Parts: sequence; structure tokens; C-alpha cells
Amino acid sequence: MLSTAEKEQIEHEIGMVPVKKAACIEALKIVQHHRRWVSDEGIQDVAGILDMSPEEVDSVATFYNLIFRQPVGRHIILLCDSISCYVMGLNDLHEELVSLLGIQYGQTTDDGRFTLLPNPCLGTCDHAPALMVDNDLYRDLRPEAIADILEKYL
Amino acid sequence: MERPLTQHITFPPLGLRQYEAIGGYQAARKAIKHMQPAEVTALVKDSGMKGRGGAGFSTGMKWSFVPMNVPGPKYLICNADEMEPGTFKDRWLLEGNPHQLIEGMIVAAYAIQATESFVFLRWAYKTAAQEIRKAIQEAYDAGYLGRNILGTGYSLEMHLHTGVGRYMCGEETALLNSLEGKRATPRSKPPFPQVSGLFGKPTIVNNVETLSYIPHIVNKGADWFQKLSLTADGGTKIYGVSGRVKNPGAWELPMGITLRELLEEHAGGMQDGYSFKGVLPGGASTDFLVEEHMDVKLDFAGVAAAGSRLGTGTMIVLDDKTCPVGFVHNLEHFFAQESCGFCTPCREGLPWTEKLLWAIEQGNGRMKDIEILASQTKLLGPGNTFCALAPGAMEPLQSALKYFREDFERHIIEEGCPYNHHHHLHSTSHEHLHR
Repeated sequence: MLSTAEKEQIEHEIGMVPVKKAACIEALKIVQHHRRWVSDEGIQDVAGILDMSPEEVDSVATFYNLIFRQPVGRHIILLCDSISCYVMGLNDLHEELVSLLGIQYGQTTDDGRFTLLPNPCLGTCDHAPALMVDNDLYRDLRPEAIADILEKYL
Repeated sequence: MERPLTQHITFPPLGLRQYEAIGGYQAARKAIKHMQPAEVTALVKDSGMKGRGGAGFSTGMKWSFVPMNVPGPKYLICNADEMEPGTFKDRWLLEGNPHQLIEGMIVAAYAIQATESFVFLRWAYKTAAQEIRKAIQEAYDAGYLGRNILGTGYSLEMHLHTGVGRYMCGEETALLNSLEGKRATPRSKPPFPQVSGLFGKPTIVNNVETLSYIPHIVNKGADWFQKLSLTADGGTKIYGVSGRVKNPGAWELPMGITLRELLEEHAGGMQDGYSFKGVLPGGASTDFLVEEHMDVKLDFAGVAAAGSRLGTGTMIVLDDKTCPVGFVHNLEHFFAQESCGFCTPCREGLPWTEKLLWAIEQGNGRMKDIEILASQTKLLGPGNTFCALAPGAMEPLQSALKYFREDFERHIIEEGCPYNHHHHLHSTSHEHLHR
């Protein structure tokens, strides 16, 4: 069931668009913001308020890279896996992350602290290689710098 | 040398009052108060401005296709979903001078008489989102947005939309579907968005760099714009370089400088221990240029004549220590992942291409695979797919097969990647650089 806050925010978005359906992505973002990911129940909640079928909402949710349909950790690591970072040392960063966290792409650490995901070009190619943790961008990275970055996120 | 687009970029960016103090919002005043919408469009058309998003279509021409006497809303959209791998020019403009973009959007919206406008911003650009949000609010507070702008009776709303990550959103009709809350699959054209776009209404979608230029064209005129350039394509252009060069970065330079000048003078040449092997001149979906192309003039016609595309103007350099097969595999992995899945050649062909490249890179390739890859570049080429994603994906592959064929063959003959032993060299020299 949608919380009061979720409902209010989604209704605000519905008010911004000519047809209810057009608020679908915003509604998914709102649910994810409150619950960290969008479960089957979340899909049904969004479908209910927008008068859409859950299948149609899910077709939108699964299309976008950053709507999470599986549980994620408290912090999301997005490692840029595009071309400039590949040239500048992506593989070394990836190896370091995998060895420090003990997880592969798409997995979450046992303590629920980090989820590791590859992400297309972060648009900071002159400072490659780069990654984001939650809303923070880190650039010009060397593998040795990774451990200190992770320390900041509890 | 004039650098109209970037001369007032600061971090943090100019606030509204500071922007006004350097002449900001004069173009919006001039256009809305003293020019007819059609005059603005004619001026931009006369300037010869070609869209900076990658396709290079005449901006004024695009605007002129909007039917002016139809009832109901019209839309102006800024495509700020910068997601072409290797491209980082719009981030600079968005974070460094958001009022310049907003002013350009106001003028463009006025030219097509739009009443609603959106900045479609990619999710990862967090700083840009903050700055744009703040600048839009300041523009509302100062009366440049909202009802009855500057007392002229013209009204315009502006919204910031942040995406949830998908390369397809950069294609203008897919962007419209995404703004409507749908999957970002492209629409068939015609009807073109200028006639039937967002919610079926006339819509213009322009790139950040294009729109940021509009205030300067209105202030200084079409002739001035043309004279900034060294070639027939007017203006300055933001060029960028990434990869193993000494000084990676982005620079606003006259349209039509040579590839050599950009790579050697601005990007500082190759890092010590690396030599130049090739370059993608305009993002991931452009054909490689190589040593023989060093004197190519970097404008739309010049790069096209060399068999590639200016695209976004942000270059990715391939050095002699990076495996070309691994490089192209990285690109095709991206395109296969980002294919929207709507049309069969793209949905099925790109993963196949990616797998073949991976097999070759891992030492499991056969000579016949090179021929299959070559045939893929035709099967997924222009005319066989619904949109430009797969044909774009084939551009670096077809040119890699042309210029670096020997590398593909060595992988197959040696049953492995001949560049692999350089991996440790990489790490060592990298460490050395940062010590």
C-alpha cells in the first residue's frame, strides 16, 4: 500500500501531466525513493493509483536501468563501464571492487551495505576512470583509492 | 579568439544577477519584445547553426517546420540526456552556465510559440540538476519565465525532468515517449515531432550546446556566427578528447580546426609510452579515423568526407597498448545492452556481434567470424533497422575491421589477445604518473 507521503507526491506528479499514465516514471521514482527498490507490491501500488495494469507498469519499470526491481543495498556503487574508462583502467578498478566487496556486478554484500552495478558512461571521460556511490561522483581513480572511498559509506 | 559559449562558465555558475551583469537575458528581451517569432527562426536559419547533438541538422530549418496556427500547447525540449559514451561536453555547459541554456530555451520557445518547456536531464548529472533547478527558479522570480513574460503577454513554463537511465532517451522520439511516462522506444517518422510530438502536439527537441548558443546568435547576428568558423559550418564548437593523451579535456574552438591541432596542441599529444592508433571523432557511434586523417577539418562535411561523422565532437583516442578488439567489444556491449529491443535486427544482431567479439578477444574466434562481423555491419546498417542505434553501433566496428584487421586476425591465429601482456605495463606506468 502506498504511504501517505508516496500518495501525496504521486498525486502532485499526476497534476503536472495531461494524462495519468504519463506520471508512471515519476511514480516509480517516488516509490523507489521511499523503499529503495520497486517490489511486485510497489508495481501494483503504482498501477492502482495510475489506473494502469501492473504488467504495463512493470514493462516501464524493467525498461530503465536505474529502476531497481530487486532489493539493493544501502549504497549503490555505479562503476562506469564505458569506453574512456575502459581505456583508462576500468578493469583494475573492477578487480579491486570485486576483491574488496566479495561480490560481482548485480550483487549485494551480505551486510546489505553495498550493491555493485555497471553503468554506461558517466559523462566525465576527461577524468576517467570514474564511479558514483549514491549521489557522489569520484573521478581520476586508481585502484588504491577505492578502499578509502568505501569507508565513507556505512 | 572568441569563446561565446564557454567564456562565462564558472564553478559554481553565475547566479541570475551576475549573469545579467555580463549581458545575460538581453537576447531574451530583444527577441520577445522586439522581434516576431518568425524573425527569430529566420535569424537562426540564416546563421547556418547545425544541431550540436550529433546529427548536425539545421536548427532554424527544424524550427520552421512547426505549424504556427494550430490550437493547443506546443513544447520546447532541451535534450540533456548526454549518454553517448565518451561524451562530456553538455555537462560542462549545464554545470557551468545554466542561465545561458535557460535563456536559449526561452528564445527558442518564443520562436515556435511554445508554452511549455522541459529540460530532459540524465540521472547521473546531480550537480547539473541542482544548478538547473536553482536557475529555473531564479528565472521565474525575475519574470523571465511564467505568465506574461516582461509584460509582453507571452507565457512559458519550464520544468526539469531527470531520467532513469537509458541511452535510447537521447533519440528524440524515444525521449518524447519517456517524457510521457512510457518505455523509451523510438516512434515512426513521419509524423515528425515538429508536427506531432509530446502528447501529440508540435514539439522541438534541441541539444544543450545548440540551445546555449541561441542567445549569442540573437545578440550578435548570423554573420558574426559564421565568421567564428574556419569553414562553411558556422560558429565555434565544443571539442573534447579522452583516452591516453597528456591533457584530456574539452575546449571551445572555431569549427573546422584540424584533428592534428586538437590532439596535439589542445590535448597535448599522447602520454609518454603510448602512441596514437586511432580515434572515434564524435562519440561511440562514429567510425574510426587514423593517422592518415590528421589533417581532416573537424566540421560536419570534413569528417563525413573522411568516412566518419563529427557526431558530438568529443573524441576517444585508441592507443597502441589498448586492444582494438577489446575496445570495440566494450562499445558493442554497450549498444547491445542499450538496444530497446523493438526491432529484430538490433535486438538480436547486437548481442550476436558482442558475443563474436568476445570469442575473438578470448582466443576462441575463427577466421570466418571476421566475415560474419563484416556482414553484420551491413545487416544492422542504415535502412535495416527502425532507428539509428544499430547503424551507429556498426560504425566503429566496420572501420575497426578496415583499419585494424590485422589485430583481429592475430587474436585468431595466436588463440588469445596479443595485448594481454601489456596489462601490467599499464598499471605500472599509470602508478608512475600519479606518484
